[in-house]
Amino acid sequence: MGDVVLMQGNEACVEGALAAGMRLYAGYPITPSTEIAELCALRLPQEGGKFIQMEDEIASIACAIGASVAGVKAMTATSGPGFSLKQENLGYAVLAEIPLVVVDVQRMGPSTGMPTSPSQGDMMMARWGTHGDHPVIALCPSSVKEAFDLTVRAFNLSEKFRTPVLLMMDEIIGHLREGMSVPDPEEIAIIDRPTVKYPDPKRLPYHMKKGQLVPEMAPFGMGQRYNITGLIHDESGFPTNSVEESEKMINRLMHKISDNYNYIKDIVTTNLDDADTAIFCYGGTARAVQSAVEMAREKGYKVGIFRPRTVWPFPENELLKAASKLKRIIVAEHNYGQMVLEVERVVKDNCKIDFVGKWNGSVITPAEILAKIEEA
Amino acid sequence: MVNTADVKPKTRQMSNLIYKYMRPEHLPHIWCPGCGNGIIMRDVAQAIENLGLSRNNTIIVSGIGCSSRAAGYLDFNTIHTTHGRAIAFATGIKLANPTLEVIVIAGDGDISAIGGNHLIHAARRNIGITVIVMNNNIYGMTGGQYSPTTPKGALGTTAPYGNLDRPFDIAGLAYGAGASFAARGSAFHVQQTINIIQEGIRHKGFSLIDVASVCPTYYGRKNKKGSAVDMLKWQRDNMIPAEKAATMDPVDLRGKLVVGILHQTQYKEFTYAYEQLIKRLYEEREANE
Repeated sequence: MGDVVLMQGNEACVEGALAAGMRLYAGYPITPSTEIAELCALRLPQEGGKFIQMEDEIASIACAIGASVAGVKAMTATSGPGFSLKQENLGYAVLAEIPLVVVDVQRMGPSTGMPTSPSQGDMMMARWGTHGDHPVIALCPSSVKEAFDLTVRAFNLSEKFRTPVLLMMDEIIGHLREGMSVPDPEEIAIIDRPTVKYPDPKRLPYHMKKGQLVPEMAPFGMGQRYNITGLIHDESGFPTNSVEESEKMINRLMHKISDNYNYIKDIVTTNLDDADTAIFCYGGTARAVQSAVEMAREKGYKVGIFRPRTVWPFPENELLKAASKLKRIIVAEHNYGQMVLEVERVVKDNCKIDFVGKWNGSVITPAEILAKIEEA
Repeated sequence: MVNTADVKPKTRQMSNLIYKYMRPEHLPHIWCPGCGNGIIMRDVAQAIENLGLSRNNTIIVSGIGCSSRAAGYLDFNTIHTTHGRAIAFATGIKLANPTLEVIVIAGDGDISAIGGNHLIHAARRNIGITVIVMNNNIYGMTGGQYSPTTPKGALGTTAPYGNLDRPFDIAGLAYGAGASFAARGSAFHVQQTINIIQEGIRHKGFSLIDVASVCPTYYGRKNKKGSAVDMLKWQRDNMIPAEKAATMDPVDLRGKLVVGILHQTQYKEFTYAYEQLIKRLYEEREANE
């Protein structure tokens, strides 16, 4: 471990990305994610990487995908309105299986909303924003250290599964400053994408061996000539209208993530052993929840925390298992009620579900969560 | 689109370029009989042959539309991207690996309507990619809607009373945005267009070649321009070389097809400038240590 330094969540994201091997960033200025672009502009050329400020949000994600196609780990970051604009190309990266990290430092919406105010209102857009059926991996950090660690993990997951990974930060964590120690490079496990070792003209780019779910495409320029497209394609990488091939492709994309759920899942639980009530939270909201739980425990309430750091795919099995021992789950999130819908879908009548939300640009306070705990 | 699957290409006289630079297993192409795009695709292959570019080191990037299907037919590293975004994808590829030769093939709607922002900014940035526009004055893939290069008054399925918009001059637009190379070719002027594409690829910086294609199926039929041959003859009869056009009154150039290199200058290419920055920072760090 290195020395403890005072760092902002957005800065930790950049340092995590650099540690993970990011060598190209393409972005467009937008609050509250702009510090990510600013720090990339400063740091990337120092590390032999490239920063480019593109003409718009769509160009930024397109540029990052292009760089990844050429074999370079790439990232783009944005906030609400920009995340809306990126959705089409996000789907392109899912379908064409291009590794990519997209950061959304969420702010209050809809539309221009309140640009500097915290929100977690993009959680369902993260899941369903791009058109068509598709799998998604999305991670939510709750501290500056987690912003670093989960950015590294976002790159590793995107490389391992050749899919875009969303780092769903929020204004609270993006702009939070706290002490963290940057791990030494040898402490950080890095995963690189599956790639053919040498060019083989006969090899089909999306060819799968039995049981294989992730293709081993070569970076452009390596000598393996092939085609990439956003059209439904077969193993050759060329478009197909075959009903069988298109179903096979969508099934594989889904299974690529769902079959690896145990590897992708990441849940932190606190004080659940003796709890009859759990607070379901993620991202910046977890800070207030932590304080509220400490206050409630002092008053004798048996309350714990269920906090997914991987929010998509949703931690269904783990939540259901936890719910079977609980009387009540309180979902706390900075929106009108998004992930609570998933909690209700999964938990059903296994226990009572309550909601504490905020959609006015201010933060949920520990007192508000405590009040909800005491309501029972 | 007319189905050409029943036309057997092997019974025709085929160019060697097909075997060397195209993917015969993916031919025949989907373009209609008489479409200019096939001629322009061949021009690109011939220019690459003349320049001796490595197939493994050349990247073809396209967007969405009739023109963009060219990427699938050409045997390079090819990427068929989203509508309008080919230049933005190409920017990422070139910046990630500046040793690659990156060529964008796009249509007029793709590059100057939905992708117009990327066009002007790539031109301004002077990133070393070559953009070849198959300009057929119409959205062909979706069935003949007016595009940013449809002439004022012309008909399209979305301009049943005549187009009210004024058209873009795409080469002029790129030049105005700062492109260091802006040129125009045509489907009829094969030899000139091959030469211009060659010069565009050789040029160190952003180059745009606006190639007048022909769309007899939609634009031609809707606007009573006659057959594909008639449309190509119009290109032949109305062409003015760029050198001559430079000496003429702009009023006399209205309705004419100016072919040639319209503008060429030299200034620092973007990825080169960025690599110099990386080098400078490295040297400064070495000096301080």
